Amino acid sequence: MIPHDETMMLKTPFHSRIEAACEINMWEDWKGYTSPQAYTEVEQEYFAVRSNTGVFDISPMIKYRFTGPDAGAYLNRLVTRDISKIGIDRVAYTVWCDDNGQVMDDGTIFHLAENDYRLCAYARCLDWLMWSAEGFDVTIVDETADVAALAVQGPTSCAIFKEMGFEGIENLKPFGITRFPFEDSEVMISRTGFTGDLGYEIWIDPELAEAFWDALFEAGKHREIRPIGSAALDMLRTETGFIQAGVDFVPAEEAIRTGRSRSPFELGLGWLVSFDKPVFNGRKALLKEKKEGSRYAFVYLDVEGNKPAEHAFIYSGDKEVGTVTTGAWCPTAKTNVAFAQVDAKYGKVGQELVAEIYYERELKWTRVMAKCTVIEGAVFNPPRKRQTPAPDF
Amino acid sequence: MNKYDAIVIGAGHNGLTNAAYLAKAGLNVLVLEKNAYIGGATVSRELYPDWKYSNCSYVCSLLRPEIIRDLELPRHGLQVVPYGGGVTFKENGDYFGSHADHERLLREIARHSKRDASAYERYEADVMKQTRLIRPFLMRTPPDPTSLKPKDLKELSLLAKSFGSMGEEGLADTMRFWTMSIGDFLDEYFESDVIKAHLAGSGIIGTALGVYSPGTAYVLLHHYMGDVDGSVGAWGFARGGMGSVSAALSKSFLSFGGTIKCDAEVGQIIVKNGKTKGVALANGDELYADIVVSNLDPKRTFLKIMDEGDLPSSVVTKAKNFKIRGSSGKLNIALDGLPTFTGLPKDSPLCLGEKHFSDSLPKMERAYDEWKAGTWSKDPYVDMLIPTQIDPTMAPPGKHMMSVFVQYAPPKVNGGEWTPEDKAGFEKTVIDQISNYSPDFKDLILHCETRTPQDIENEVGLTEGNIFMGELTFDQLLFNRPFPGYAQYRGPVKGMYMCSSGTHPGGGVMAAPGANAAREILQDLRLTNTVPGGYDDD
Repeated sequence: MIPHDETMMLKTPFHSRIEAACEINMWEDWKGYTSPQAYTEVEQEYFAVRSNTGVFDISPMIKYRFTGPDAGAYLNRLVTRDISKIGIDRVAYTVWCDDNGQVMDDGTIFHLAENDYRLCAYARCLDWLMWSAEGFDVTIVDETADVAALAVQGPTSCAIFKEMGFEGIENLKPFGITRFPFEDSEVMISRTGFTGDLGYEIWIDPELAEAFWDALFEAGKHREIRPIGSAALDMLRTETGFIQAGVDFVPAEEAIRTGRSRSPFELGLGWLVSFDKPVFNGRKALLKEKKEGSRYAFVYLDVEGNKPAEHAFIYSGDKEVGTVTTGAWCPTAKTNVAFAQVDAKYGKVGQELVAEIYYERELKWTRVMAKCTVIEGAVFNPPRKRQTPAPDF
Repeated sequence: MNKYDAIVIGAGHNGLTNAAYLAKAGLNVLVLEKNAYIGGATVSRELYPDWKYSNCSYVCSLLRPEIIRDLELPRHGLQVVPYGGGVTFKENGDYFGSHADHERLLREIARHSKRDASAYERYEADVMKQTRLIRPFLMRTPPDPTSLKPKDLKELSLLAKSFGSMGEEGLADTMRFWTMSIGDFLDEYFESDVIKAHLAGSGIIGTALGVYSPGTAYVLLHHYMGDVDGSVGAWGFARGGMGSVSAALSKSFLSFGGTIKCDAEVGQIIVKNGKTKGVALANGDELYADIVVSNLDPKRTFLKIMDEGDLPSSVVTKAKNFKIRGSSGKLNIALDGLPTFTGLPKDSPLCLGEKHFSDSLPKMERAYDEWKAGTWSKDPYVDMLIPTQIDPTMAPPGKHMMSVFVQYAPPKVNGGEWTPEDKAGFEKTVIDQISNYSPDFKDLILHCETRTPQDIENEVGLTEGNIFMGELTFDQLLFNRPFPGYAQYRGPVKGMYMCSSGTHPGGGVMAAPGANAAREILQDLRLTNTVPGGYDDD
């Protein structure tokens, strides 16, 4: 039992620094934590990541730790992807499903050491993790509050880390993990992120959080480093094609209405499903779906015009075939994209559809029927995201 | 003038609702009430100067929003103010705080068990699935599954469609949920005793069953299926006490030209040649109407105010067998100030919600064991609220009113009538229990009204003091409420109808039985329906 805590909102280990930097007082609740929506100006925060370096506090992200001789086997049974191929000091993006093959959440698995893994997730799922652990020699701990974490993203992020003395960081490959001494302890750095740019995530003892923040911003001051809030992050992830749980799909366990959850295939994540594995949660249902076909397709749409297609209905001719889950103008790619759920047969690349968009100017609402085309993938996908050694801008 | 189009017996919330819809359709309607005041179990009573007690029902969630709006109850003075959260105190000095804020609630659950915090989200979704299944049927007449009438077939197919939309797994879950115990249900989700105990309360309130008795999971649903302004499962206070619900209903009824007579106890429903002709009051006066609607519970209706000779013998037997057992009592307390509770900061938002002092399911089951043995529970489950923290109209400024629902209390003590000593013992048990968690509570008591099941029966007319007018178990729900063949509000005698909580969809201050019954009566009279349809959740 942990002691009483009568405060309304939790604070992350970086809170003192965030509070000082959050000039416009735009806060939101992220899984109980006080979390900034924006610090100064959303556009500037967005461009910090695309042009310099932006820092986003990801400490509230749900984190579970798995140790024990069966940790790897257990996780491989839990998730759809074959993570036996993920070596030590590597990270893998994956989804996990219920027995009906419906996505419970997406997240990343960090292979920290032999028989030692971390799972970062959107939703709390300890109960499901424990269910799935029956018969495995694995210890599962919720370490959300025990690890402070920052996303440090943008073209100058590698240079800033070098400035901090993290020698050789430029050689860290995408989805790689490395460690550097910090103060009397250590900071773990992974080349991961939610922005689609060159960038890293740092993982550190909460005790050292403030010191790390100070050192990071000191090192980055000549490279225009700035903290960013969730509003800018949302623009970034849209542009680079990352779906978000709770926005682009309903986690299966939270879905109340029949048919509202989605399978990995229906979210465009079929590549994460490895039928080579003889057993994993949802395998039977997913095999059936693969054979018989999916109900829905997740599509990226290139939307004509410049009106964001948020909440738009999607039509093929006169037939309503789906709805938009995320839609935004992309400031770097200079294009208008939307993520949509459509009936499966309208999901092929090149398919022409129409979005019914409503927008308001000075209380006057206008409806446009914007042509859209199903496109292959993200509209922002720069080489620097993958380049190793990471370039210095 | 002693001839009316319709007579409604009992000015409780269902009687008044039924009467309002009949009057709205243009009928000349008379409501008869045995007490000197209206409301039945939906009352605010000044039993201590300047204090108002909601001395029977005490919180509001189930009252159908369609009826609130349609009968213009807000214009007639009804205001429902939601309250959030609650606390279950533990014997060891700790507590579980059920915060209204979702994330804070999950954090508080995690304080007791991190796994339970994650399980809670699954639990919430699963309960909501079941809630969504039942909600569309609250404002509908249950179909008769043996009938081939087009209307019944249509309603049956709707019911089947709703079940069907739950999917194969959902259907299995539903069958289990409607029949299993709340204890077994919660054991499937949670490991923490206090969290299970906190959630289990809704499964036994008003029910003569224990947390491990089959059927109690559904009772939980009955407490979750209401809403305040669309927030499903939320509860609120009627400003001015529950009497403001019946006051608003009566004003609405009067605005349609209706008549209410208090101090007018019905002795007998008059039946001639197989047709209802009116009622004879206890004082011998006779009042006439071709339509008589009983808002009394099924036992009282068929065994007390109807002549057995006027009824099919099967109905008499069914009424005798109807399960309506007294299981709860109530303390209404005037307080000189706001009591403090050990461990709970005085400004915690948890203070505004309900409080309980049973921290494990075994403890609650033991409380039930004592009821079975014929006495009140020595460590009872209580649902305690201090509405004056939100509603300033119930007590003078700075003073407070406490409502304590107590379970279990038997209709008879060891087979005999409650004696004054029994009643004092019952009162002491409850006050001592609260004092264990609130050291200054006893010194703040200015007045206490203690109500045993027997008191509730004698005053309000609820058989055995059963607050739901019949157990809410599957054998007495939907087309089986009150009994098979009589679930569509029509009695066994032409012109005689039922509109009480003993009919579908059951008890609580919901008003749906009254409204549904009115719709059936108007249909029989070939009059235009005045009863609104239910709101859609989607």
